[in-house]
Formats: sequence, structure tokens, C-alpha cells
Amino acid sequence: MDIQTLTFIFVGATFALYIAIAIWSRAGNTDDFYVAGGGVSPLANGMATAADWMSAASFISMAGIISFVGRDGSVYLMGWTGGYVLLALLLAPYLRKFGKYTVPDFVGDRYYSNVARIVAVVCVLFVSFTYVAGQMRGVGIVFSRFLEVDIATGVLIGMTIVFFYAVLGGMKGITYTQVAQYCVLIFAFLVPAIFISMLMTGNPIPQIGFGSTLADGSNVYLLDKLDQLSVDLGFGAYTEGNKSTIDIFFITAALMVGTAGLPHVIVRFFTVPKVRDARISAGYALLFIALLYTAAPAVASFARVNLIKTVDNAEYKKTPSWFKNWENTNLIAWVDKNQDGKIQYFAGKAFSGKPKFLEMRGPEGERKVKNTPTGNSNELYIDRDIMVLANPEIAGLPNWVIALVAAGGLAAALSTAAGLLLVISTSVSHDLLKKIFLKDITDRQELFFARVSAALAIAIAGYFGIYPPGFVAEVVAFAFGLAAASFFPVIVMGIFSKRMNKEGAISGMITGLFFTASYIIYFKFINPSANSAENWWLGISPEGIGTLGMLFNFIVSNLVSRITSPPPKEIRELVDEIRIPKGVGASHHHIKS
Amino acid sequence: MVTNDVNLDKMNNSHNAKAKVYWKKNIRMVLSLLAVWFFVSFGMGILFVDVLDNFRLFGFKLGFWMAQQGSIFCFVILIFVYVYRMNKLDHQYDMDEDEDNFGPDDICPPGK
Repeated sequence: MDIQTLTFIFVGATFALYIAIAIWSRAGNTDDFYVAGGGVSPLANGMATAADWMSAASFISMAGIISFVGRDGSVYLMGWTGGYVLLALLLAPYLRKFGKYTVPDFVGDRYYSNVARIVAVVCVLFVSFTYVAGQMRGVGIVFSRFLEVDIATGVLIGMTIVFFYAVLGGMKGITYTQVAQYCVLIFAFLVPAIFISMLMTGNPIPQIGFGSTLADGSNVYLLDKLDQLSVDLGFGAYTEGNKSTIDIFFITAALMVGTAGLPHVIVRFFTVPKVRDARISAGYALLFIALLYTAAPAVASFARVNLIKTVDNAEYKKTPSWFKNWENTNLIAWVDKNQDGKIQYFAGKAFSGKPKFLEMRGPEGERKVKNTPTGNSNELYIDRDIMVLANPEIAGLPNWVIALVAAGGLAAALSTAAGLLLVISTSVSHDLLKKIFLKDITDRQELFFARVSAALAIAIAGYFGIYPPGFVAEVVAFAFGLAAASFFPVIVMGIFSKRMNKEGAISGMITGLFFTASYIIYFKFINPSANSAENWWLGISPEGIGTLGMLFNFIVSNLVSRITSPPPKEIRELVDEIRIPKGVGASHHHIKS
Repeated sequence: MVTNDVNLDKMNNSHNAKAKVYWKKNIRMVLSLLAVWFFVSFGMGILFVDVLDNFRLFGFKLGFWMAQQGSIFCFVILIFVYVYRMNKLDHQYDMDEDEDNFGPDDICPPGK
């Protein structure tokens, strides 16, 4: 069977499964809709958290980025896993004991202030919308490449599916679809990884194949070979870094702390029955995430070797079909600078900017671009996002594996999108309406508003997916930086300091937000040409500035809380209560009343 | 069992004292685990990565491996160690949720 038919079958089957789960797990009340009734088993929650967390960025983009930047890619590997240690040790068990629905709930109650609650809601909405637009875009890319529909249709199909299970099932529907989506996505990521590891190193475990010798009989280690290939083409050794140590340090820290502060991840720990379950499900979650995250750097290095071997000095006419397919989706471009009909691949850009294709073909049949070629001898443009999706084709794996990867990419994007949409709808219906503006609505009315806001959020996310604002890629740094600089310090101090009061928390959040946002806005929007290491403050890039914002938040909030009045007695008792696991059953019943 | 106000008061005080010790031990454990967390990622994977690259682990340079894989394995182990030790601490200080449901799914067996 051809790839397209197989992809239709795989994607269709997984979508049917998601819809079936949605119908089976309809939400009956707000408790179901917000926290799946608080009755999810820790193992299921671990899988759901893993799928919730691993987005199109983890599945589609990360290995591709690592493939091109080598060791510097470790910021993502460590940053997006290390945060779970913070989450497990500092946040998850205590927030579970607190036993409410949302992050703004905690901030509002612990700091006895609706101002704090609203600041938190604004951060939640900003972080979540930024993130969800990227997911919808990922859905569109997979559809357009593998099912040859246009991106808008792809996004619409994705929206319909998410609408079904997020609006009907709320957190309950999302949780059980995420469990299914985790299984699909991990299978889809590991199967090609295992195949390629066997082909290249003879070792079926990619994590080990990564450090083994090549199977071509040369007895050379894969990474040594890759270093040599990279140096020959002028890229610099794969296993050595280019970024400064201080920047790597700050970016990793911002991603870690940002991960621990992301609201859609935090709320997952509200869904388990007990404090003990919250702890262990953080462990399961990281274990499930690590399965993909330890395979990703292996996939990145395999893909890099394969890519260089396939394209370097190859005749364009004889390139495999994947090369032309991706060229047709605008993600690969070739300019034959020396007109020898062969692809020369070196370090440096073939032309400036993204390719702008003309409606005409060159002498070899390649698509012509409008961009002016640069003076160097590199002739090839490759979008990093295609590496994972194209990898099975580059390695010549069977068609069903390629179809599987498409289904996996969709599972990763849809599961994260659903988690984010739920957080958005909850902050509107619960934190804004129920807690502030429409205090006397009934549970049924609140559930209705939750569904309406989920539907609205899906429509907005879909719009951004079809007409992506140019700034989507730029604002990803925002999402992590803001989560790191705003939520993380406020929640940690809410648990670990009894002296922290509302004045401290609010001024800390505002300082962290303001500092981080202005640094990023300056370098990304106001003066992008200055965005290089020599202009950065202390050599910290906008991606890493959230770490500094977080430190300022800690300092300011502590100073302010020392000179203002301590929190009232009942808040100090609340903190005492959160700190011990005993009595969680009671606190959970309390939220139903 | 005879209970009067004095006894209740004593129980309350002893509970509070116990909760204080429990919290102190919790903080100490979390800090020690976070020290390991910092060392394996920021230490071995970032600050000393070039030094460690002089050593090899099969086909890997050691620093490169810590930065791309080793630290992640350590993170997973750290959380499971935390869960095991924390459940034990809960039990020692009688802070666990519901002793009645102490079932086979518990990480730590009752007692030592």
C-alpha cells in the first residue's frame, strides 16, 4: 500500500479511538470537567501528563533542532526534563493537598487577593494561547505533507477532533484520550528509532546505539564519524558546543523552571486522589517522558549522519522522492550555484531568509527561489522541523512506519492542545466568572460556561493555526520565560514561606513579568538587529532571561513582604495544612460543596 | 479512654511539634536531592562539560553524554528516591493520608 493510504488508515483509526473515548468519558459536573473527578490512577496520570507535556515541539521539532546544533541542543533535553524534579519535590504534592482546580485558585486563595488572582489568570491565558497556536500549526503541517490536504483543512479537522473530546469530556475526556495518545506517540517515535539504530549500529536500543560503533564494518564510533563529517563540511564538531556556558546555563534553568510553572502541567496533579499519588505520578510522568527524551538525541545524530550521506554531492535528479516531496511543501530548497547539477552541502546559509518559491523550475527540475544566493558554496536549505518526519524516509524504512510517524505527530500536537484549551476554559469559567464576576452561578451553569469557553478557545487557536502570526516562533521563549518569572516563585513561596504575603507576591510577580517581558520584547520586536551575544545583558539571550526574572521575583517579593504586614492567621494555618499529606480526603470533599 | 481538655491540649502540642520536625526533615531531604539535581545537570552537563569530555564512556565523551542523556536518567532516579523516602517519612511521623488503605501499591512497606 502507498504511504498516503496507510496514513489515512492510521490517522483515521487513532481519531476514531479518541472520539470513542470522548463519548465514553463524558463529564457530568464541574468536578469531572476540571479535574476528572479527582479519581485518576497515578499510572494513567503519568501517561496523560507525558502526552500533555510532549507537544509538537518535542515530537516533531526537538530532535531536528538537536540534529543541527549538536551539543547545544542539550538545553532542551535537560531543560524540559529537569523541571519535573522541581515539580515533584517542590510543587505537585502540596498543590494536590491544597485540592482546588487551577493555578489562579491557589494564587488567589493563598494570597487572599483577587488582584493576585487576576494577574495569575492573565499569565495563564497568555502562556497557554502562545503555546496552543504552535500545536495547531503542527497539526496543519502533518496533514498537508502526509495527506496532501491544505493546511487550513488540516487545522479544521484537528479542531473538530479536539472540540469533540475537550468540550464533551473536559478533563475527564482529555485524560483518557491523552493516555491513548501517549501510547500512539511513544510507539510512533520509538519504532523508527529502533529500526534506524539497527540499520546503522546493529543495536536495537537507540539509547545505546547512539554510543556504539557503526555497522558498516569500519569499527568507528557513530559520534566520532559524525564529528568528522561535520568538521569536513565546516560545521564544527557535533559533540562540541558553540553557545557560551553562561547562556546555556540560563536557558536550561529558564526551561526547567518554566516547565515546573506551566499551568497545564500543574493542573494534571489535581486529578489524582491523594498526595502520595501526586508524588509518584510525577515520577511516572518523567519516566514516560524520558523514554522519548533519551531516544531523541540518538535520533538526532542518526538523522544527521544519514542526511549528510544522502545529500552531500548527490545529483539532484537522482535524489530520493522524500527530497522532492519536502521541496514541494516549501521546507527544502536547492540553488545550483556552480551549475553542476549536484547538491553541495556546507556550513552557512545558501541564501538569506526563508525560501520564497517562484512558479517555475530550473534546468534540473528543481523549484526556483526568489531569494538572492549568498557568496558561500552551500546550496541547500533544510527546515529543521522536517527531520523527525522525514527521518524514516531518509533511512528507507517501510511505508507503514512513515504513516505511523504521522499519526504520532498528530497525537503529540492534539494532546497538548487539548490540555492547554482546558486550562484556558477553566480560567475563564472558574477563575474569572465563578470567583470574581458571576459568583452565584450554579454548578450546571458554570459547566455550561466552561464548555462555551473551551469551544471559543478552540476557534481562536484554530484561527492562529491557519493564519499564524509571524511572531509565534518568537514568543515561545515568552511562554517559558513568563511561567518561570511569574508562577514558579509565587507558588514555591506560597508553600515554603509562611511570611510571604499578598503585597510581596503581587510585587514579585509584576517585577518578574515586567522585567522578562521587556527584555524579550526589546530584542525580539523593537530592536531585533541587536539580538546578538555582545549586546545581551551579562551575555544572557532572551531565551534564558526568565531565569533572571525569576531571581528578581524572589528578591523583590521577599523584601516587600518583610516591610508589610504578615498574612492573616487563617492563611498561616492553610500553609500548615498544605504541608502535611494527612487529611487530603477532607480537603477534596470541601471543594465539591 | 479518658480525655479531658488538658490531654487534648497535650495531643495538639505534640502533633504540632511532630509536624515541625517532619517539615524540617522534609526540607533537608528536598535540599539534598536538589543538590544532586543541580550537580548532574548544571554541574556535569554544563559547567564542567568540557573537562568531562576528556573521559570516555564507550562511544560517548562523558560530558556530552551527561548533557544529552545521563542527566535525564538521574532526574528519573531522583524522583523515585524522593517518593520512596517521603512515603517512609510520612509513615514515621504518622502524616500519611489513610493508613487503612495501606495496600500493595505502596512504594514503602509499613515499618522499616
